[in-house]
Amino acid sequence: MRSVLIVTLISLGLAASLALADDRHAISERQMSRVLRQAFPSTPPDWRSRLTPDATMATCAQWGNQPPKEIADAIKRREAAAIRLPDDGNFMGDWRRGEKLAQSGYGLRFTDAEAQRPNGGNCYACHELSPDEVSFGTLGVSLKAYGRTHKFDPQHARVVYEKIYNSQAAVTCSTMPRFGANGILSIDQIKDLVALLMDPESPINKPAAAGQKGKADSKEDAGGDAAKRP
Amino acid sequence: MKRYRRLAMRSALLAGLGFAAVAGDLRAAEPDVIDRGLEAFRSMLKADPWSNPAMLDADRGQALWKERRGPRNVSLERCDLGKGPGVVEGAFAELPRYFRDAGRVMDLETRILWCMETLQGIEPAGLTDKPHPAANEPVKDPGAIATWIASRSQGRTFNAPVSHPREKATLRLGKTMFHRRMGPFDFSCASCHASPGKRIRRQGLAHLVNPDEARQVVGEWPAYRVSTAHVMTLQHRLYDCFWQMRLPELKLGSEASVALTAYLVKQAEGGTIAAPGLKR
Repeated sequence: MRSVLIVTLISLGLAASLALADDRHAISERQMSRVLRQAFPSTPPDWRSRLTPDATMATCAQWGNQPPKEIADAIKRREAAAIRLPDDGNFMGDWRRGEKLAQSGYGLRFTDAEAQRPNGGNCYACHELSPDEVSFGTLGVSLKAYGRTHKFDPQHARVVYEKIYNSQAAVTCSTMPRFGANGILSIDQIKDLVALLMDPESPINKPAAAGQKGKADSKEDAGGDAAKRP
Repeated sequence: MKRYRRLAMRSALLAGLGFAAVAGDLRAAEPDVIDRGLEAFRSMLKADPWSNPAMLDADRGQALWKERRGPRNVSLERCDLGKGPGVVEGAFAELPRYFRDAGRVMDLETRILWCMETLQGIEPAGLTDKPHPAANEPVKDPGAIATWIASRSQGRTFNAPVSHPREKATLRLGKTMFHRRMGPFDFSCASCHASPGKRIRRQGLAHLVNPDEARQVVGEWPAYRVSTAHVMTLQHRLYDCFWQMRLPELKLGSEASVALTAYLVKQAEGGTIAAPGLKR
């Protein structure tokens, strides 16, 4: 069984490289890295790795984010292995802190070089969550009433934790960042986001508060902190 | 002078209207009401192009083009934007392109820097160190010149040449870059700009992989951006995207920035140039 899988993987890889080779002028990684070094001359040493996709991202780009099942499964296994679970086995933090994280787009930008506050998750940039927040993006699915929809199942809290920690373990080549695996958010922060989604007391599982609509509309823009743009 | 006064008055009036709209009840309204209000605001501005504050920068750019500057004390009027020395009309519509004298493909902004360096003797480092304005600061000199030159292609359609091998290679590089996922967020340009009808927060995202949509938006750059109160050039826009993507500072005029511009212009091929445009 294992050897069949390996053979399949090799032949799929071969097919992919042939597909690329077909375009005689495909950009090599060597050429790309030269171009990027010149494009980003002020890259600090500890940021250099940001310019190179890891194996998962390279594969996703190669397949236009739609790899065949065998390759997708291999990615999922590898990414699942990168997930670190909370030591105490508890997946739920504080939804209040979670809501703050979901609003904040702070962190890891070149204007945030000296971190002044914790990185945000910026969930509202792409997802609908609390009915009180009308300024939400639509790149991600709506998470309105998410906990209620999942009957506040404690088992499901772990699924949510893993999805936020490493989206690539759940949906291969997902657009969503790997918040835990890529070191954007801490384990405790991810627990707070799980609570935002799964706690029955979280605003996302409640009806809209009267007169609260759009309260946060002007707080942050797409990446947060419009005023602090470079 | 009269024109400036008229323009200043209209800008003040429109800024007032804009603030009233943002600060007033609209924010509490249903999303589609907000969108309709913004659309009405934009169409009022389109109906009277002189109400766009970017025209002030275009005028500044025109004056800079004609002024003797730099160590060599010459103007930019002998600058070859691709259609011969000094030809400005329609030049933007045929950029980016390969320039034999420079030995590389250049977009408008890169070419302006090159002319400032080779004709006027102005050190490029001084222009690329802090290449873009902070919020509420006016666009820098090369950007103002670009705004004027782009405005002199208004109404024409994008028709950049893709015949030289370097032009073809630049396009391939731009397309590859557009889809390359990198940085701690795993983002590529395509993460946000490869599907229809999406938005970040309340901001609509252009589906740039679709030529129909690219034709509608690419020709609006350089554009006056209301939220930051200055003209933003396409190079600045790309720089800002990379900031959001948690990548380092994109160098103005770099091969990568020119390649992405070339790809966007190719996607918008046949689209009408409406620069300077007006953005959120």
